Amino acid sequence: MADGSIGLWTVPLAVLGGAIRVSTPFLFVSLGECITERSGRINLGLEGTLVMGAMSAYGISYLSGSPWLGVLAAGLTGALFGALHAGICSLPRVNDIAVGIALMLFGTGLAFYLGKPLIEPTAARLPAIDFGWWSDIPQLRAALRINVLFLIGVALAPLLFWAFRTTRWGLLIRTAGESADAARAMGHSVLLIRLRATMAGGFLAGIGGSFLSLFYPGSWNEGLSSGQGITAVALVIFARWDPMLCLWASLAFGGAAALGPALQSVGVTSGYHLFNAAPYILTLLIMIITCSPKRTLSGAPAELSITR
Amino acid sequence: MTSETADPLDTAVIAPAADPGFLQRYGASIEYILIPGAALAAALITFGGFVALFGKSPLDLYWYMYYGAFGTWFSWQNTLTRAAPLILTALCTALPAQLGMVIIGGEGALLIGALAATSAALALQSMPPLVVQLAMVVAGMAGGGLSIMLAGGLRHYRGVNETISSLLLVYIALAILNHLVEGAMRDPASLNKPSTREIGAANMIGSIPGTDVHWGLVFGLVAALAAYVLIYHTTFGFAARVAGGNIRAAKIVGLSVGQLILTICFLAGSCAGLAGMVEVAAVQGRTNANLAVGYGFTGILVAFLARQNPLAIIPVAILLGGIGASGGLLQRRLGLPDASVLVLQGIIFVFVLASDALYGRIGFLKGKS
Repeated sequence: MADGSIGLWTVPLAVLGGAIRVSTPFLFVSLGECITERSGRINLGLEGTLVMGAMSAYGISYLSGSPWLGVLAAGLTGALFGALHAGICSLPRVNDIAVGIALMLFGTGLAFYLGKPLIEPTAARLPAIDFGWWSDIPQLRAALRINVLFLIGVALAPLLFWAFRTTRWGLLIRTAGESADAARAMGHSVLLIRLRATMAGGFLAGIGGSFLSLFYPGSWNEGLSSGQGITAVALVIFARWDPMLCLWASLAFGGAAALGPALQSVGVTSGYHLFNAAPYILTLLIMIITCSPKRTLSGAPAELSITR
Repeated sequence: MTSETADPLDTAVIAPAADPGFLQRYGASIEYILIPGAALAAALITFGGFVALFGKSPLDLYWYMYYGAFGTWFSWQNTLTRAAPLILTALCTALPAQLGMVIIGGEGALLIGALAATSAALALQSMPPLVVQLAMVVAGMAGGGLSIMLAGGLRHYRGVNETISSLLLVYIALAILNHLVEGAMRDPASLNKPSTREIGAANMIGSIPGTDVHWGLVFGLVAALAAYVLIYHTTFGFAARVAGGNIRAAKIVGLSVGQLILTICFLAGSCAGLAGMVEVAAVQGRTNANLAVGYGFTGILVAFLARQNPLAIIPVAILLGGIGASGGLLQRRLGLPDASVLVLQGIIFVFVLASDALYGRIGFLKGKS
């Protein structure tokens, strides 16, 4: 091994860096979906919300020069899409899974349409905080250049965990998810609770999208998200609707997604595409292992159509 | 008005031309045409408003859409060529829907089918064209069928949600395709766009005589008719619909639900796999990433707009094929981005689902009750 080179250690370091960097959109989408699903509704459209968020964040950041305005715009766009989902789902006899598929296609289509002029220009990016200043190893420093959004996401997970358990809002959302009748009997509008929960979920998913276009990979193009949104929705299922487990699962996914580029950087190029598919294969495997046809999953909201 | 309360005879008063028996008998069927039609019209109006925001005239839009889709014999051929894979991928969603399953992995099954068909053709280069074509059909259908059967099997035996797993399989299929096309199956001569070797001009399935529309359209029509007969006129189809209506009742009467799920999912996937075979053997001549143009995703919309009815899929696929065919004209003449077709499809999808709320609520169609 030559001096200054860390050889094969590059791979685990790149995976660590990737876990931190790539996991952020997973984290935001899964936390958002966690709120929505806890209220008894599933929003499969977050893939579209993610792409719309990425596009609007990039556009607003480009026009205003402020990436944080972009993040806010992405969140608001996401909330709007959440409201659209909840609005259509509150009509009688409308299937929430199908509406999710529709919004997934609509969101990506609309983002490609509106985002056409944004492929060329460069927008202001989100800043990163250098946590690796103490180290001389450039790879480690690169891995520890952490975006503020990641830290917000990490803080959000325990906050949500706490909020679900102890706050009035958390209890209301859980009641709507476990038994719509009970919530109704308490005098609350289930549709209103779900509307708010879906909007909150969309808001977070939109922010997850802003991370894609404003930090990593850090540009807007039509291939920006390929299934991160839907993977994150699946991730909520095996995280058992627990925000803390969502955090760990997102980190594992980020690591898996970073495996392909990491191996490529040390010269392992064969199977690049297969390694890129690692998160999807991992999702499928974990779902196969953890699901069971005989019982509903522990922790599943009883009103959720997907686990019935 | 002589009748005392709002009874079915009122409909005769409102619409004197139709006798009440007609509405009683066909009210539900009329709903199935009227409501999706209204949803489609509402979607077109919304899309017109959307392009008006960008300073384009909605009337120009509608004219170019009509002209690009159905205005000339050339555009009709373009439309029908696009409708062929849409019929097949829509069946991939519509067949499992009879069992109450939501499968959205048609795009993945199409890609796997294309890969399998190409592999079969490349392995049998020395055989006569008819043998090669038959082998391509079998391989394409088997490949696509197995991929959706996997999603169905995971649902039945492991309780894995089939919607999510089938979508994950799309991304996995795309990765496998890219891996093989850039690796083991790559034609060294394909420099810019990694592709497999060509299957050879002799093995292409060609066009229907007198047209530029390839035989894939006939494959699609036959598959849709066969699916219709299977679902509505066989014991097997009846069993599937029973299981779709009430899975517990199906188990009590002794239906083998697992077998039903696996068979239907295999058939569904084999339709999408056939679409992949058709795209290879009639359009591309080889497998590469060009195959992933979204026929599988548009097929989901076709199936929902056709209310999962295999026969209704045919006209709906032609309609959406037309929208796709007009995309080029919209781009050239109106300067709309190519994604405008995707936006319109998304708007249609949203309106069609929202219109589900209207069934049984339109006053003058309430035949009975």
